[in-house]
Amino acid sequence: MTPPLLSARGLELRFGRIAALDGVDLDIWPGEVVAIVGESGSGKTTLLRVLSGLMPPDAGEVVFDGQDVLGMSEAARRRLMRTDWGFVHQNPRDGLRMGVSAGGNIGERLMAVGARHYGGIRAQASEWLARVEIDPSRIDALPRTFSGGMQQRLQIARTLVTHPRLVFMDEPTGGLDVSVQARLLDLIRALVAELGLAVLLVTHDIAAARLLAHRILVMRHGRVVEQGLTDRVLDDPQHPYTQLLVASVLAA
Amino acid sequence: MTAPESGYNFAYLDESTKRMIRRAILKGVAIPGHQVPFGSREMPLPYGWGTGGIQVTASILGPADVLKVIDQGADDTTNAVSIRAFFRRVAGVATTERTAEATVIQTRHRIPERPLTENQILVYQVPMPEPLFRLEARVAETRRMHALADYGLMHVRLYEDVARHGRIATSYNYPVMVNGRYLMSPSPIPAFDNPKMHRMPALQLFGAGREKRIYAVPPWTEVRSLDFDDHPFRPIRAPQSCALCGSQESYLDEVLTDDRGGRIFVCSDTDWCAERQAAREAAE
Repeated sequence: MTPPLLSARGLELRFGRIAALDGVDLDIWPGEVVAIVGESGSGKTTLLRVLSGLMPPDAGEVVFDGQDVLGMSEAARRRLMRTDWGFVHQNPRDGLRMGVSAGGNIGERLMAVGARHYGGIRAQASEWLARVEIDPSRIDALPRTFSGGMQQRLQIARTLVTHPRLVFMDEPTGGLDVSVQARLLDLIRALVAELGLAVLLVTHDIAAARLLAHRILVMRHGRVVEQGLTDRVLDDPQHPYTQLLVASVLAA
Repeated sequence: MTAPESGYNFAYLDESTKRMIRRAILKGVAIPGHQVPFGSREMPLPYGWGTGGIQVTASILGPADVLKVIDQGADDTTNAVSIRAFFRRVAGVATTERTAEATVIQTRHRIPERPLTENQILVYQVPMPEPLFRLEARVAETRRMHALADYGLMHVRLYEDVARHGRIATSYNYPVMVNGRYLMSPSPIPAFDNPKMHRMPALQLFGAGREKRIYAVPPWTEVRSLDFDDHPFRPIRAPQSCALCGSQESYLDEVLTDDRGGRIFVCSDTDWCAERQAAREAAE
């Protein structure tokens, strides 16, 4: 069996008396989509931040492709962040440069890794706009003239343009209306399958998790209370908290 | 010529301040293009008039030096005249308007047309030393970007220029890469002057008084203007020739001559222009 792409062991992090992470273990294999679900305050986003090296934990280790993420220099971590990793924020304003055109936003990662051919950068940007279903003729428009769903798709294009191997997504469908959410989920599912990405998806939306994820981790009070294949966890929840979570989803 | 004022230390600044500034300069020379913080002093002229340049000049000036000061290429503008007079009075050094005769040249917004030599030092007045200013608002973040040589953002700006204007429209303060490592603001010189910085025989020192930074380009250092492979850097120059000396290579100023739309183009480097006119008259 191939070794996991990202592997975390014994992560602990306390904010004062609150345990945000309490002995979390996690493995992600190449090409796998893992969802972390749980209510607000259960430590989902903290876990994402710790795994991506944005926040140091009190204890534990994170290994990406044989490299110790927590021990690496900031230069190495930044290089990882703009090559092998991607981060999709809940609010596209956090992930986009609002004063820079759509093409410039997509090109930034390319230029950061050394692309110096304007025509080539532009061709890739317009190809990626088409892939995320934005009209390539809007390549020079500013993101602020885009709708919320388009901004989110632009953020995804900007993140995926350098073909990362692992993408962290923090509530990518949060704040969007239902029909836009559905299209975005479709798009993410298609891109993930096409590019063979590994994705770590944080969401409180069980339906989004069912649609996208191969595996699910359920978090509560900083602990992983249940994990397994998506259909198993959602159709046959074992832990009382998971049962509550699944039962509280509104059926349309 | 006025006699040197008594009561001032040589070149106005006290010796320990000069020593502090010289340390910053040495550090800057050791790390080409890196901005070194220094304890900028109050000078008897307002910020934006060359407080950084004047402090650097004061620290490197010796009694035998010959000082030239230019402002937008001209020797006869207020700032240039005043700073020359200042150093005549507080240091008693000789001043000149001839580029060839000067050992120290303090400049605002231009590099002289005449190629400089290894025996000369060019001191720039810098309003904003940070090339990433306006792209990244946080100073702590820009420092980190310099430390990690993370300069993709600067290319995003050039990309935006080409996307909007069809070419790189930055015509002054054009960002350069020094010695293949540090991104540097060349101070607001026209992009036309950028190629002169590359492997210049003279030492180039940059002083920013308000921002309290000194940086340097040692002689013969590689200075590259950023560009794209398919949109290479182009120095921009008005296509006319100088109305006074006829130069077709020098950087030109457009000057209004009357209120009926009359205008002429003349060399911005007054010394260069005057020398060419004198040479032409001598030939005739």
